[in-house]
Amino acid sequence: MRAPVTLERHDWSLHRKGAIDQARHAEKIKEAIRENLPQIVSEEAIITSDGQRIVKVPIRSLELPRFRYDFGRNRHVGQGEGETQPGDTVGQGSPAGPGPGKQAGDQPGIDYYEAEITIDELANLLFEDLQLPNLQQKVTENLETETLKLKELARKGAFSNLDKRRTVLENIKRNALKHKRPVYGGISDEDLRFKIWVPETRRESNAVVIAMRDVSGSMGEFEKYISRTFYFWMVRFLRTKYTNVQIVFITHHTEAKEVDEETFFKLGESGGTKVSSAYQLALEIIQRRYDPNAWNIYPFHFSDGDNWGDADNRRCVELVQRLLEVSNVFGYGEIREGPARSTSTLMSAFQQIKDPRFITVVINDKRDVLPALKAFFSPRVPEASGAA
Amino acid sequence: MDDRTFAELERAIDQIWAIAQRLGLDPFPVHFEVVPAEVMYEIGAYGLPGRFSHWTHGRAYHHQKTLYDYGLTKIYELVINSNPAYAFLLDSNSLLQNKLVVAHVLAHVDFFKHNAYFEHTNRQMIDTVAVNAERIRRYEFQHGRLEVERFLDAVLSIQEHVDPHVRFRRQPTPPPKPRSAPPAPYDDLLSLTDPPATSEPGPTKFPPEPEKDLLLFIAEHARHLADWQRDVILIVRQEMLYFIPQLQTKILNEGWASYWHARILRELPLSDDEAVEFARMHAAILAPTKHHLNPYYVGLKILEDIERRWDHPSEEERLVLGRQPGQGRAKLFEVRTLENDVSLIRNYLTRDLVEEMGLYIYKVEGDQLKVVETDWEKVRDLIVRSMTNFGNPYIVVEDGDYRRNGELYLKHIYEGQELDIAYAERTLQYVYQLWGRPVHLETVLNEKPVLLSYDGEKNTRKNL
Repeated sequence: MRAPVTLERHDWSLHRKGAIDQARHAEKIKEAIRENLPQIVSEEAIITSDGQRIVKVPIRSLELPRFRYDFGRNRHVGQGEGETQPGDTVGQGSPAGPGPGKQAGDQPGIDYYEAEITIDELANLLFEDLQLPNLQQKVTENLETETLKLKELARKGAFSNLDKRRTVLENIKRNALKHKRPVYGGISDEDLRFKIWVPETRRESNAVVIAMRDVSGSMGEFEKYISRTFYFWMVRFLRTKYTNVQIVFITHHTEAKEVDEETFFKLGESGGTKVSSAYQLALEIIQRRYDPNAWNIYPFHFSDGDNWGDADNRRCVELVQRLLEVSNVFGYGEIREGPARSTSTLMSAFQQIKDPRFITVVINDKRDVLPALKAFFSPRVPEASGAA
Repeated sequence: MDDRTFAELERAIDQIWAIAQRLGLDPFPVHFEVVPAEVMYEIGAYGLPGRFSHWTHGRAYHHQKTLYDYGLTKIYELVINSNPAYAFLLDSNSLLQNKLVVAHVLAHVDFFKHNAYFEHTNRQMIDTVAVNAERIRRYEFQHGRLEVERFLDAVLSIQEHVDPHVRFRRQPTPPPKPRSAPPAPYDDLLSLTDPPATSEPGPTKFPPEPEKDLLLFIAEHARHLADWQRDVILIVRQEMLYFIPQLQTKILNEGWASYWHARILRELPLSDDEAVEFARMHAAILAPTKHHLNPYYVGLKILEDIERRWDHPSEEERLVLGRQPGQGRAKLFEVRTLENDVSLIRNYLTRDLVEEMGLYIYKVEGDQLKVVETDWEKVRDLIVRSMTNFGNPYIVVEDGDYRRNGELYLKHIYEGQELDIAYAERTLQYVYQLWGRPVHLETVLNEKPVLLSYDGEKNTRKNL
């Protein structure tokens, strides 16, 4: 008698169930990243990375919680080679405990999931709704943006891109030549016409961003870190979305100077603060190099607001108003650690500027960096000044 | 796998079946299916082919696949408890590897058929889960994918809390009797003539006895659930009940299968190369692990020890227990039929075995894992305790109408192991989602009883 056993094999190549649920899991990771963006944006690991690497971002809430024992507070059984004595060390940290049947990342003691993401992917998520506000058509157009358009015809291509109308026309033409009758029928490979994607470059207006940063002694570690974080993303954002935005970097304490990008991002100097010096320099640079008729101009300034005195505050207000005459938007970000601190005298002085193109934000916490980016780079001018 | 190997494998399977029969194994008929690796880890991730979709399955699949892609682990065998049984063989396995897997699988299937804890399992479970998956898919159409997913998240967070002994239970829990309405302002006037009943029959407890089956209790008594939601709870419960015997007999079942694959392969005509490959693979399966028990190793060791002690009883065993020599094999079949992991460890893990296997108890101290105990009885008792309720905290419904307010009062039956409080609090949020009213969990923290609560807005914690 033959044994009641059978052996078979089938074609499983179309089997996709696991992959589909895995895709849903990946989607959830992305959602979680999106929800945690404010924290992730100011992760040290990202700001200090070379911009290429994959970064690991911790995501809470992706593990399905359940009633379980506390691994760290309880005792467990393991196996050695014999001769194991009390007091011997058998490992480091908390190893994966035995889960009930499922082994999926069940690491007791750690209740977050580490998702891997490249900085570019993160940037795409971040920059989805950002753009240069109030961009206007200027005399010379120098700013390139690239889009993909479906056009042009090819004889080979993907059938999803088949241009049916042109294909039928080609067929009729060929029939007319061959049989002297312009009829439709007998489509052959030579009739097929496909649309293909062609990159199209559009030229837009010129834009220059003037990034100003307070590097005076009063700027503590937190203030420096936040302004660095903000400018890190700002520069990335501008470079990703616009190929031709120029960025001018200015640092200031009591005196302002124009610096290159690398120096700008290196952590600062010390000394007193005279904010007006930076605005003065910005104005001079605009006059010398960026004709407002040809350029969209965006000055941004980050400081802790500890300015040198009322006289200088008044001067700042005056200069900001002059800058606004030539700029599309002016952004001022004040970084003050901790929730309880009141705004600075400089901020109070700025309150008298009623122009909606003057945007101020206050950053108290690492998480405020993303809202600040959104306030400065939202597509339209905000109704009132100030986010945060 | 090329056609020649496939044909050879087919012949080998017939041979192995004949040997297994001769040695006394009595499995269900088995259908073997040769599959590529992706399908193997997919079935491994879902537990059964064709189960409902959920992102946690996707995560398990991804995890398995990553481990495989990096060459860290490989699932050799996968067998499903059904009649006929289904087993999956990896097409990239060598012929010898698949021979070993086939022998291993036949012993598993024999175990499924004869072990007492499997007696009531559904042997058509593959069909059942397919029907379940279809129903859940329909609910997704009717109520939206996210809605169903959100609900499944909540149910799966407490899926282990079912009662496998429910079939031996008395009556289903009766719903609470409607309590008498609070006194209205003019009741005293209306009841002037006949004296008011002084005592209502004392408040009946609901449930009358603590209820271990959270899923069943919630499906039956949560007030606001829609029919489809109760159905989803019962689907998850049904599938969990199917898996529980496997969770309860991991060590015994793997030990049994390892015992037999070794003996069956010894009977097969193997070439020299195959013999070496077999020895290597057998050793890899049985390698001890530092931080938990390798069920293959522990199970096999205990079974071999039982066989030895019943084949060659010591003088004491002969005289005091009246044990006759040569009973080893028969005793093994008895153990296979009657025991589960807890009873196996409790009855047959001896001092000699604990010492021979070098078992120890360790604990997290600072950032290191330190051995704290090697005493054999303590080791044995800790293993038993950690496997009680298949490794999960034992939680019961103490009161389904707590504070006479329809609130759910759960109690963790504390046996010396504390809960992960952060996880427990988040799980309570899910229980609230299911129950629809505030939920409470009594447990022990730092050796003092505490009550964790969630009222729909915030988690609270208070000492009792």
